[in-house]
Amino acid sequence: MKQGSRFWAWLVFGVGTTYFVLPLLATFEFSLRKRRGEYSFDAYRSVFGDPNFQTTFTYSVVVAIFTILLGVLLVVPTAYWIRLRLPNLRPVIEFITLLPLVIPAIVIVFGYIRMFGSNSTLPFLATARGTDALLVIGYAVLALPYMYRAVDTGLRTIDVRTLTEAAQILGAGWTTIIARIILPNVLIAVLSGAFLSFAIVIGEFTMASLLNRPAFGPYLQNIGANSAYEPSALALISFAITWGCMSLIQILSRFAPRSANRPN
Amino acid sequence: MADSTMSQTARVSPGAPEISRLRLPLHWLGVTPFFVFALVFLILPTVGLIAGAFKNAAGDYTFDNIIALSQPKLAAAYWVSIQISFVSAVLGALIGLAMAVAVVRGGLPPWLRSATLTFSGVASNFAGVPLAFSFIATLGRLGVATILLRDVFGINIYSLGFSIFSFWGLILTYLYFQIPLMIVIITPAVDGLKKEWGEAAATLGATNWQYWRMVVIPVLWPSFLGTTVLLFANAFGAVATAYALTGPSLNIVPIQLFAQIRGDVLYNPNLGYALAFGMIVITGLANLFYILFQRRAERWLK
Repeated sequence: MKQGSRFWAWLVFGVGTTYFVLPLLATFEFSLRKRRGEYSFDAYRSVFGDPNFQTTFTYSVVVAIFTILLGVLLVVPTAYWIRLRLPNLRPVIEFITLLPLVIPAIVIVFGYIRMFGSNSTLPFLATARGTDALLVIGYAVLALPYMYRAVDTGLRTIDVRTLTEAAQILGAGWTTIIARIILPNVLIAVLSGAFLSFAIVIGEFTMASLLNRPAFGPYLQNIGANSAYEPSALALISFAITWGCMSLIQILSRFAPRSANRPN
Repeated sequence: MADSTMSQTARVSPGAPEISRLRLPLHWLGVTPFFVFALVFLILPTVGLIAGAFKNAAGDYTFDNIIALSQPKLAAAYWVSIQISFVSAVLGALIGLAMAVAVVRGGLPPWLRSATLTFSGVASNFAGVPLAFSFIATLGRLGVATILLRDVFGINIYSLGFSIFSFWGLILTYLYFQIPLMIVIITPAVDGLKKEWGEAAATLGATNWQYWRMVVIPVLWPSFLGTTVLLFANAFGAVATAYALTGPSLNIVPIQLFAQIRGDVLYNPNLGYALAFGMIVITGLANLFYILFQRRAERWLK
């Protein structure tokens, strides 16, 4: 029984690995073929030298940073307050944070375009800055499920009540408690959520494209329609970014405290 | 935010009626920003779309838009979307489960398990435009694998009717994020299969097949079904991968909706809202089933 099952395990694993590794190898090989007759990194040179790459990538990085800030400002105080004072509301908040997984991104952005047009009470779409803000908001909504889960898991590992009471006895106000007691204690969880948000936001296409923002995702799509070898180089760069974010999360999780409410 | 002295006093004398009357609204103050945000940027836009789906251009309530979804082109879009999502979900779930079982219980070296899980975390987030590029470079008309198969093995997959821009090409591409997502979600459930159950079954004289049929499959079944519907919803809402792969030509719901938002190709904004409403209904149902199955599955994962 053991011998046979091990054979099957290796077979399944081998076939699966081939399926997952082959496209990456093929993409890499393809990306080297820009110069006729020999392998070269010309495609990468052309990508990094493209001013549009630089501006769209920078734009997406800035949007990602604002998304993370908005996500943290929104989620940390809420998750903290729910744990401390309103545990009954937990299912409600969890339901709301799951909604972005239920409602496709394209539907959310469609709702924005319909609701925040130039003639509405909140005319986000009337100006370029406003649209940027709306994109950040949309991304914060997309990242909400991941950010909330990460922060809530982090809060579970600390004794929120004791920390709060100790801080209150020492005369701290709510802003101080959240910014200087709670946030540093769940920093690793917050950073995990932040890197995941970054990975989601950096190459996002649908929202950026429909809001007409000069982001990295629409740039990728445009390059794909117009050149041969650069898309492969860009695909590998994107894969490396995703890989980097996930590795950072794994490394961070090693520093995270294991369990909560230890008496010592 | 809330006044700290107030809530402290309240804690000291919980019985005092006038304080507890004051306490309630102050408690809510802490979560108000979140609820306002969720209301304005998540719930109202969606509810607005849904309401729009039931109105005509003049603003009167009607079912015309919902009925109009049955016109051949849109019905076909839903049908193709459902097929693609269903096939990629079922294949992704089966292959993902097989890989999870192989890695967790197949007697493979332990480092393979963590390597697989790490890679799955990356690949399940590697969707969208770059993924489409990778598959075009691999299995496109001039893709590396296509050329390799043609020149080395003498198999010209394009003359055999395959195309990366077709139904099966799209499914092959979707599997690249569906299988890893399955692995990430189902591995804890496979981990939950206790060793004692296998030993107990063996003690009672069960064969390997009986152990699988009467213990493993019933235990994993709810998790498996739950994750499958989640994969279905995942594929159903995916826009970028399909758009980058096939352009605006492929007739699936997200791409139809994309074109509609871009330029009102249906010549009826309210029909666009109905299209979006249909998507919410389908992904909403899928997630409802996910929650139900997950609740059933948790029984064994204590």
